[in-house]
Amino acid sequence: MADYAIEMLGITKVFPGIIANDNVTLQVKPNEVHALLGENGAGKSTLMSILFGLYDPDGGSIRIGGREVKISNPNDAYAHGIGMVHQHFKLVHNYTVTENIVLGQIPRGFGGNTDLREAEARVAALSEKYGLNVDPRAKIESITVGMQQRVEILKILYRNADLMIFDEPTAVLTPQEIDELMVTFQRLKAEGKTIILITHKLKEITEAADRCTVLRRGQVVGTVTVSDTTEQALAEMMVGRPVTFGIEKAPAQPGEVVLSLQGLTVKGDKGNEAVRNLSLEVRAGEIVGIAGVDGNGQTELLAAITGLATPSGGKVLLKGKDITRVSIRERIRKGIGHVPEDRHKYGLVLEFRLDENLILKTFDRTPYSNSLGLLNTAPRLEHAQQMIEQFDIRAGQGPFTKARSMSGGNQQKAIIAREIDLSPELLVVAQPTRGLDVGAIEYIHKRLVDERDKGRAVLVVSFELDEILNLCDRIAALSKGEIVGIVPADHADVSQIGAMMAGVRHA
Amino acid sequence: MPDKALPPKEKFDLIDLFTRSNGAVSLLVIALGFVFGSLFVLLVGRDPVNMFSALLQVVTGWDSSRGVWNARYIGEWFVASMPLVLCGLSMAFAARTGLFNIGAEGQYIAGLTAAQFVALLFPPIPGLHWLVCVLAGLLAGAAWGGIAGWLKAKYTVSEVVTTIMLNYIALYVSQWLTHAFAPGANTYRTKAYPATSLLANPWIEDLTNGSRLGNGLWFMLLSVLVFWFIIDRTRLGFSLRATGFNKEAARASGIKVQSAITTSMVISGAFAGLAGVIVSMGSFSYGRVLPGMENYGFNGIAVALVGNVTAIGSLLAGLLFGMLNSAQPLMQSREIPKEITWIIFGLVVVFISFRNGFKLLADWRAKQRTKS
Ligand SMILES: Nc1ncnc2c1ncn2[C@@H]1O[C@H](COP(=O)(O)OP(=O)(O)O)[C@@H](O)[C@H]1O
Ligand SMILES: [Mg+2]
Repeated sequence: MADYAIEMLGITKVFPGIIANDNVTLQVKPNEVHALLGENGAGKSTLMSILFGLYDPDGGSIRIGGREVKISNPNDAYAHGIGMVHQHFKLVHNYTVTENIVLGQIPRGFGGNTDLREAEARVAALSEKYGLNVDPRAKIESITVGMQQRVEILKILYRNADLMIFDEPTAVLTPQEIDELMVTFQRLKAEGKTIILITHKLKEITEAADRCTVLRRGQVVGTVTVSDTTEQALAEMMVGRPVTFGIEKAPAQPGEVVLSLQGLTVKGDKGNEAVRNLSLEVRAGEIVGIAGVDGNGQTELLAAITGLATPSGGKVLLKGKDITRVSIRERIRKGIGHVPEDRHKYGLVLEFRLDENLILKTFDRTPYSNSLGLLNTAPRLEHAQQMIEQFDIRAGQGPFTKARSMSGGNQQKAIIAREIDLSPELLVVAQPTRGLDVGAIEYIHKRLVDERDKGRAVLVVSFELDEILNLCDRIAALSKGEIVGIVPADHADVSQIGAMMAGVRHA
Repeated sequence: MPDKALPPKEKFDLIDLFTRSNGAVSLLVIALGFVFGSLFVLLVGRDPVNMFSALLQVVTGWDSSRGVWNARYIGEWFVASMPLVLCGLSMAFAARTGLFNIGAEGQYIAGLTAAQFVALLFPPIPGLHWLVCVLAGLLAGAAWGGIAGWLKAKYTVSEVVTTIMLNYIALYVSQWLTHAFAPGANTYRTKAYPATSLLANPWIEDLTNGSRLGNGLWFMLLSVLVFWFIIDRTRLGFSLRATGFNKEAARASGIKVQSAITTSMVISGAFAGLAGVIVSMGSFSYGRVLPGMENYGFNGIAVALVGNVTAIGSLLAGLLFGMLNSAQPLMQSREIPKEITWIIFGLVVVFISFRNGFKLLADWRAKQRTKS
């Protein structure tokens, strides 16, 4: 038997303007859990997409069991026993578990009828064998996200994959589901599978992985045996400098109530009640965090606060005044700042320059335009220059830089600069640091704490529980559109919040 | 190395220029159109020099074959260009707000029809009459565009569909109204306009040796300025552009995108309506029962495209296509088939899709550079 189950040797992949993988070598031993660690944009997904046949590498080779192979599409990958669980599941919602699993290779009975019984039996057997607890006949739309992920796992088991790639599998899970996934990993390993686990979370690596390869800016920093290292050491490898965990902040000094939600109900896209009878208060000088798994009503909740959606019931009060039906423009004028979850869709006009984006919400006021409706250029440029300095926004051509050509971290800094500068009573922030590097994350967290200390009310929504725990003063757990419980951050413990995120009421 | 800066530029790089400048691409495309046009002329056994001398005569009035100069050609060149420029502006303005206005033709007809009626019915007060005609045409075009904009804003009906339908409605309504109600109307024309309604300008007429060019010229030039001014210098333009590039972000920023859409179509329609006035009160001395679409609106789409949906670009592209148009009779007299102008026009429009080709090329080159 070869030393390595799979070897990716000297892989290079170039995208315009960036080398996503630069001479990357990854060697995975048979039957190990091999973690691939790196910050966002380090090139992890790209490397795995090459292994799974989604991208052609520009250089390097792949060996399986010592023999060189060519993988030019996912079918090749399956033929070599490689399967991948993508970060975004590829499931058909009104199909059953089994139908989804056999999709693309539908078994036919006599007379051309689809014969699912045999497939169902096999799915049930696999589920049993790996302790996945999946009902082969359940409809996808009726099962939890964690369960859907297990369907994805069954899908690749059904195709007899021996090497299983998981791309950031925990991003969409509650803490309990994460624990269950870790157990599943052990089970898969015990049955002889080899696992590649992509993550940027250190805890998962020390918990589940045998060895770990660290990528930084497309290059391999090193491969280490997990039992010989520490989280601190891994973090330094990942970032390239010593990092501090946690945010230093003084205790909050909450003042008057700024935002008050009273029995808020908001309809979602499909007409369902995405937010149900929700009440919450945010005071001046505190950061309230909404913890919850993606899709539990966060988007709709923020839309109702910022005016993007009109609630079907309940009230939104800003400093005691009812703003439930007030226009977006009016809310901006009243001092509600909003850092949206999807910054490209809602936060920026990418074709606009930085200076224009920085006044996107204030262009119609003095000094940026005059009473005749004409734009004033000089104050706009001056303002941009100020923001660039104050918020450390790095942009090649200063105020004249097209937003599109700025890095994600600097785009986010620009939005945060704009929203803080609106001088809001209330800052509503969704996913403040998603996709950003550690430096930008530290900076943005610090700015948000600064705003709190200046007496602003801050509401943060994040899917990263660690971020919520570090940043916020009070934590509200959101599940299926309802707040299940609110706890002060200094008394919070992960398993309790995790239970609430899964809908278990605070005991 | 990832994130490595691009190597410093050593010398002037043509492909770089084309990938960065839309204007350069337009010029390249136009040049290519003429190169291929010349090849076609050669292919049918004629001399391309004659084609170019015809074009030269349109632009300068200089007839190189006979050695005489006549400024009337220059005037007529502008007459042919003005509606193209204005319909180009109409298309371009809508495009800046993310709208695809296929309806410049209908807005043009609306403007033309309204102006015809005002010309025939309004009291012939010198100095005022023709101004009222212009105003009526502007408003009618604006209203016709506004209908499509309002339907889109209010009921999210695609402006592509409504503007196409409104083109036909405009044509048939115009035919019926003119035929049924215009003074002295027969099946193809009305009685002559009173002189007070015409856009004629003796000074320009004198300067261009009796061409039909008149006060329409000022309105066209003013329109180019107004377009640029609104888009680049005003609060309204800012909100329209933001809406055009990213409707969701504009909405989230407090911009009323629905009214932005309607406003944009109103302004867009006004440009096309003005084109209708200029043709009807500038080039004709009587109202017409339109025999069919006049195609200025559709050609305006090409003008806007080649002009990179900018004010100055639409002006230049409109003048280019106007030049091709008014060169037709001169080409025929030089034994060049006049259809060649349409071939060049078509080639330019087809080649403009090169722009995407250059983007691909730019990507590929960026990749090569990143590698080395
Ligand atoms: N299809 C693509 N086109 C251009 N650039 C890409 C593409 N996919 C990824 N990249 C870039 O390659 C780098 C690595 O991305 P990725 O492999 O997704 O990182 P990770 O999964 O580690 O977060 C990033 O800078 C990303 O922007
Ligand atoms: Mg990734």
